[in-house]
Amino acid sequence: MRAPSAKTLLLLVFTVLTLTAPFWLGNPYYLHVLIMAGIFAVLSLSLNLLLGYTGQLSLGHAAFFGIGAYASALLTLKLERSVWEGMVLAIILSGVSGWGIGRVALKLRGAYFVLVTISFAGVISLVSVNWMELTNGPLGLPGVPAPELGPWSFRTKSAYYYLVLIAVALSYFVCRRLVASRIGRAFLALRENEALAESVGIDVTRYLVLAAVVSAAMAGLAGSLYAHYTRFVSPEVFLFSYTVTMVIMVVAGGKGTLAGPVVGALLFTALPEALREVTSWQWQMLAYGAILVLLVFFLPRGIVPTLSRLRKSR
Amino acid sequence: MTLAVRDLAVRFGGVAALGGVSFDVRPGTITSLIGPNGAGKTTAFNAITGYLRPSAGRVTYEDATLTGLRPCDIAALGVVRTFQKTSVFPALTVADNVMIGLHLRGKAGLAGILAGTRRVREEERALRALAADIITMVGLDHRRDHIASALPYGEQRLVELAVALAARPRVLLLDEPAAGMTGTEKDTVSGLIRKIRGLGITIFLVEHDMRVVMRISDVVIVLNHGRVIAEGTPADIQAHPEVIRAYLGSGGDTPGR
Repeated sequence: MRAPSAKTLLLLVFTVLTLTAPFWLGNPYYLHVLIMAGIFAVLSLSLNLLLGYTGQLSLGHAAFFGIGAYASALLTLKLERSVWEGMVLAIILSGVSGWGIGRVALKLRGAYFVLVTISFAGVISLVSVNWMELTNGPLGLPGVPAPELGPWSFRTKSAYYYLVLIAVALSYFVCRRLVASRIGRAFLALRENEALAESVGIDVTRYLVLAAVVSAAMAGLAGSLYAHYTRFVSPEVFLFSYTVTMVIMVVAGGKGTLAGPVVGALLFTALPEALREVTSWQWQMLAYGAILVLLVFFLPRGIVPTLSRLRKSR
Repeated sequence: MTLAVRDLAVRFGGVAALGGVSFDVRPGTITSLIGPNGAGKTTAFNAITGYLRPSAGRVTYEDATLTGLRPCDIAALGVVRTFQKTSVFPALTVADNVMIGLHLRGKAGLAGILAGTRRVREEERALRALAADIITMVGLDHRRDHIASALPYGEQRLVELAVALAARPRVLLLDEPAAGMTGTEKDTVSGLIRKIRGLGITIFLVEHDMRVVMRISDVVIVLNHGRVIAEGTPADIQAHPEVIRAYLGSGGDTPGR
């Protein structure tokens, strides 16, 4: 019998630990951190499709997250539809906005594209603040229902944890299938050399839009998960700091890798919480910043690419 | 089957980079476009393959008008180009470079890919095998899993050729395929170009190295100051007075050197 490789073993331990987390974590607060890490993992995976594979930086990614959160919350609150229908609507609406941003990306690249995505998020955020009748403005929407499936409710943290886990697994799976296909190779070709990609028949328009749609739809799913977990949606979901957090997670974890965004999401959701326990609030952001600088300095390609290179060179 | 260029003109501001040129690239030939620096050779390539919108004129291939189409649509019609500057997908392996080149040969769509259908998996396997064949053909078997940007210059140019071949060209436009190569590498590329023609692919190339041009071409077209000044067999061209004048006048490479 062949001895399992270190990677297989690690993956097995990781799978068992994540599947049993609610049973051994004890403190419900830790479970909350894990749920948030899961939601951010979906977001990071989605941002990574654009940033890591097609090479386009969207600094308005929180917009797709927020659109998903509001769409899902409003459908369940105002039209009293089920949370599942809300999730589907969140995915569709965010996907459609991703289509719009993708169309813009055709004309603009680099810094201009970044600016357009920032402005897009800004405009959507203003709408959420000012369209009082629909969004209740800065007061937000309280009482967003928790999902229910027949007799089961996802009101408890442990139940919700598994729901988020399924979403992370699904997003990861979608990314993996895409990346290993001709579509994923077309994404990479756009990042690596657009003129050459066109010369072998890759339709730049089509694949940029496709990447933006899939990415935005996935972010919309994360938004919906967030809304029905915190049971409250306010214009805060559009905060620029959410986008920045996503970018940090993707870059630190390893952009253009599948596991990188997940590792980044786990690390950078847990890190602020861990810092909060060991130090006073004045030092938290400072320590966070220092750790980030050290990471970028010593692992410029990200945690996952560095680890996999270490493993190969051994 | 002929790639026909008619009155093709490109103006940058007041400068006529290409002043209305007409010529044919006949099927099954190796046709070379030569001329002193700044004669408009690369401009012609860019205008033919959709990277530059010509100010006048028309390019047709078979029954299709190429003028006005996007590069990716022109590639889909079987007219594929390479670039003067080394142009690979730098951070990817040689095998992945060629897999990208095979893009048009794949049919898998989003739904099939997400579902992981058997047809998609079989197509992927078939494409991998095809990529391996193309890599063997250009002689890069030992480099299959190397990162393209880490290869020596000459081998990167071969990767480029492999990527273009993967796109299943019927007319292959090569922009200075032998530029910057050593003598041995030039021989390899010349042999390879002949081999590609042997596969039924028409070759249209821009090249500065006259030894390469005169040895492999069936037809040579000479461009000077944005106009065609001569067209004929390598022997005709070497004896053509106006060609000799153009080259001596520019102080550049002399044909038949």
